[in-house]
Amino acid sequence: MNMPADAQPVAQFGETPFTRKKQRSEKIARAIFAVMVACIVIPLIVIIGYLVKEGYSLISWKFLTTNPTHGMREGGIWSALLGTFWLVGVSLCISAPIGVLAAVYLNEYAKDNWFTRVVNLAVVNLAGVPSIVHALFGLGAFVLFAHMGRSILAASLTLAIMTMPVIIASTKEALAAVPRQFREACWNVGATKWQTIWRIVLPNSISGILTGVILQVSRTAGETAPIMFTGAVFYRRIEEGNLFAYNITDQCMALSTHLFAVKTQVTNAPEALSFAIALVLLGLVVFVNLTAILIRSWLRGRKKW
Amino acid sequence: MVKPKVQVENLRLSYGPREVIHGISFDIEPNEILGIIGPAQSGKTSLLRCINRTIEFTVGAKPSGTIRVDGEDISEMRNVYELRRRVGMVAPLPVGLPLSIYDNVAFAPRAAGMKKKGELDTLVEKCLTQSALWDEVKDRLDSLGTKLSGGQQQRLTIARALSHSPEILCLDEFSIAIDPVTTMRIEDVLKVLKKEVTIILVTNLVQQARRLAARTMFLWNGEIIELGPTEQLFGDKPKDKRTYDYVNGIFG
Ligand SMILES: Nc1ncnc2c1ncn2[C@@H]1O[C@H](COP(=O)(O)OP(=O)(O)O)[C@@H](O)[C@H]1O
Ligand SMILES: [Mg+2]
Repeated sequence: MNMPADAQPVAQFGETPFTRKKQRSEKIARAIFAVMVACIVIPLIVIIGYLVKEGYSLISWKFLTTNPTHGMREGGIWSALLGTFWLVGVSLCISAPIGVLAAVYLNEYAKDNWFTRVVNLAVVNLAGVPSIVHALFGLGAFVLFAHMGRSILAASLTLAIMTMPVIIASTKEALAAVPRQFREACWNVGATKWQTIWRIVLPNSISGILTGVILQVSRTAGETAPIMFTGAVFYRRIEEGNLFAYNITDQCMALSTHLFAVKTQVTNAPEALSFAIALVLLGLVVFVNLTAILIRSWLRGRKKW
Repeated sequence: MVKPKVQVENLRLSYGPREVIHGISFDIEPNEILGIIGPAQSGKTSLLRCINRTIEFTVGAKPSGTIRVDGEDISEMRNVYELRRRVGMVAPLPVGLPLSIYDNVAFAPRAAGMKKKGELDTLVEKCLTQSALWDEVKDRLDSLGTKLSGGQQQRLTIARALSHSPEILCLDEFSIAIDPVTTMRIEDVLKVLKKEVTIILVTNLVQQARRLAARTMFLWNGEIIELGPTEQLFGDKPKDKRTYDYVNGIFG
């Protein structure tokens, strides 16, 4: 009795019923987030693990570097692998420079008028168009109208059209992240817009630009529909070991369409084959994305303000 | 009679439909420090941006009237970059460009086409010395300008503004983000610089204008309330009662 008010059980510094309640809700929130993360990560691990388990037995250097044989039931995936490299490479050579320059124009030069707004709106919407629509456009515009025929060029152009809006959008975002005060400081000392862009804006947004471009590489590598109509073939033998075995006007095989063909068109193909192809494709995509992450973190480490 | 360095005639400026400078006229003598005081939003920054024509980067800004530098109408100058090199500008908040200290100062001369290493070295040292920063940074010219302290960055900004040898130097509330000691150092620098350049000193500290400026202008809501010898504005009997109220801090 007559206990002094401060003789309660020793509380941690600053602890009150209110903060205890806050800590409890903090714990609950953390648990919910952990469950969410698990929902994302576990299926990913399961998928990759399953692919590795089923397909690993077939993977070898020989598998990667020899043509498919015996009606694509045996042999390797050389012509498909090289085809994918060509498609990705050529489409990137088209979409990256044009996309980046377009973004520079839109973000740095274009006046804010109705025309610019329409273009920006178009870019956003084009980025969301399903790839099969791009495929039909590519078929009409490049294969038929421009008389390119089904070829690596036509397929790459289709892929380029598909990735360009996304590259424009991501590049614009990277450019906009450079504070305006830097630009104003440059203009104040008599620098032209281009000098400002070249010396200040681009060097400080390059990590974001590169990341955006590289992420499109992995997307391009996995696309099936756009190339099926415009340049991919069911089967083709090419010279093994020669990186230039394809010509830009040739049709080519590609990993994604090859996987599709093996699974749906080839009877009696070994189970492991499709898994092995999928594994290679996945490996490529993961490799490319890791590169993007590395470049990003390296350039981030050199962030200058 | 000396020819004025800058002549502003009936300058008006609107942002979209809103006019913020309502037809002001005044001259600036060569090698004087002209103080400009006035409450926030009265159009001081906008006025400076009209003089170096960076107002053109603001969408919807429409200036009218004439501004002459050495008698030449700036709106008719073909080379606006040349004009901006003749009119140096220091913004209220210090901006170190994300470059090395050296490159920060060498940026403008390089943009103007100066390439020789030796010339650049001399110029960088001269500008950093003039802005009272050289002693603090001479051993680390390679480190980033953005990593300097606020006061140092502001002096770097001044060095950059001096690097293109301006004839006119506009300072826009340069002391807003720096400590009093640095402020005093920069003020000393300005007193020396006055021999070479004409200085327009926009300031939120009325006493700063009193310390430095020979003539002071009181700008309020886009109009010149009073322009005259500094002592007149700060004395007991300025021409306008509003000046007295503002200068003595009883402005409501
Ligand atoms: N970029 C701009 N767009 C629209 N209005 C602006 C812009 N810059 C300044 N203003 C307006 O112009 C007026 C004057 O501003 P400013 O020149 O910055 O005054 P001060 O520098 O004296 O504070 C203010 O009313 C401000 O709102
Ligand atoms: Mg201002």
